[in-house]
Amino acid sequence: MKTVYLDHAATTPLDEEVLSRMLPYFGERYGNPSSMHGSGRRAARAIGDARERVARAIGASPDEVIFTGSGTESDNLALIGAARAYRSSGKRIVISAIEHKAVTEAAGALEREGFEVTVAPVDTRGMIDVAAVAALVRDDTVLVSVMLANNEIGTVLPVAELSEALRERRKKTGFPRIHTDACQAAGHLELNVAELGVDFLTLNGSKVYGPKGVGVLYRRRDARLSPLLVGGGQESGARAGTESVPLIVGVALALEKAERLREREAARLSRLRNFFIAELRARIPSVIVNGHPTRCLPHIVHLTVPGIEGESMVLMLDEAGVEAATGSACSANDLRPSHVLVATGQSDENVHGSVRFSLGRGTTEDELGYVLSVFPPIVQKLRGASALTTSYYAKEKHLV
Amino acid sequence: MRKRSTSCDGDGWLYGEVVRDHFFSPRNLLIDDASYEADGIGVVGSPACGDVMAVWIRVDRGAGRIAECKWRTFGCASAIASTSMMSVMATENGGMALARAKRLTPEAIIERLGGLPDRKYHCSVLGHQALREAVKDFEESRAR
Repeated sequence: MKTVYLDHAATTPLDEEVLSRMLPYFGERYGNPSSMHGSGRRAARAIGDARERVARAIGASPDEVIFTGSGTESDNLALIGAARAYRSSGKRIVISAIEHKAVTEAAGALEREGFEVTVAPVDTRGMIDVAAVAALVRDDTVLVSVMLANNEIGTVLPVAELSEALRERRKKTGFPRIHTDACQAAGHLELNVAELGVDFLTLNGSKVYGPKGVGVLYRRRDARLSPLLVGGGQESGARAGTESVPLIVGVALALEKAERLREREAARLSRLRNFFIAELRARIPSVIVNGHPTRCLPHIVHLTVPGIEGESMVLMLDEAGVEAATGSACSANDLRPSHVLVATGQSDENVHGSVRFSLGRGTTEDELGYVLSVFPPIVQKLRGASALTTSYYAKEKHLV
Repeated sequence: MRKRSTSCDGDGWLYGEVVRDHFFSPRNLLIDDASYEADGIGVVGSPACGDVMAVWIRVDRGAGRIAECKWRTFGCASAIASTSMMSVMATENGGMALARAKRLTPEAIIERLGGLPDRKYHCSVLGHQALREAVKDFEESRAR
């Protein structure tokens, strides 16, 4: 049976060119970049080269690029590191309600350190109101963290407009510092740190056809961070620990390639997405397409299928060879439904009935055609077994 | 018991083989509930929790046993499979005596399913409650 992988928002396959460029650093080029001898210097040069590539891809300077162990670590470092560094200037941060858990949990950790965290709400499409978020910023707000694009529903948030709205205040006081998690946006949206007007920006390897286990944090030259890992002072003291040269080489090449392919690939995926959504609407009664109708990533199709539950859909799709994801509580380790769907104000039963298809470089119209042939019968089967679609339930509970 | 024959690693499925079988091939599903004449109906759970189970029973009044047990479930794979297994247990061997049906435990259903992952243990097995409600519904309607 063929497998149609439509979970690129979870992780992308590793680009073969990236893999082949990484391999020597797992083997004969084993030097520690901190060593003074030839092997060490060659490793240090590879990292320097990687830093330059990442910097070029995001319009930054090489000294503003920090390599970390994951997107999660970059988010943690940006939030916890910046908040601790600036705690004498204020103990308040603002985040959006649909941030990745790496941000929300980091904010939770800061709360336990005595910081106050204000959560900016989103509308039903996952969109923030720039003026409303700016209005949440007070004199003691040292950091604002708003993701560039949401990983579940694909809504693209107006980060550049937000930093513009905060420009005067920032010019006067230097605060708030602005962080954006751009992991899901990479390869789909332009990532120019100057145009975005941010002080910190998170990226990782595993969403851009690069390796897992490596992240990037852009830190504007004048922005401070208190390191989470201390030791040998690597990464200009921001992140101690012997650098993983192969992963750093890999993430840099992957980001560079993603940026090179971006415009063409985003246009191609956008066409596929529109086709897929139109066909889904035609074939699945009362299906809901979540996220923002225009300000959305080109590769994420997030649906609510009223009457049925997400895990059931995903397992039946998997049985048919289609790999997708769900924000349903039953699939989560903590059995709580996705905070993103809850934040968009979805009804209880709809929160449980979500499925996310995320397209990627390998996705073809043929593949989507196959999904369109197997998904509607799955929906029909599960709706036929669902208690929420019974006439009894409709009559007694006034639902569906 | 809980962890037996469940697997999250390798190519092993999230659930065991019995759960898988009942999820993909549910037994005693009620397709057309509008025209089904039941002796008792039980509905438990809530959409907010992600699980709703509806059970319809027909009763062999002479024997005091369950003759038919039909169901519909909104929920994850283990919710669907556990309701299916409950319906099998309620109707096998000439049908479960009503008094026993009211005492059916989630542990008994999970045992017949060959176990469930830990995190599914408490949330997704509600079939016994729906069955109990259906039996009570039957008894109350008979008393009226």
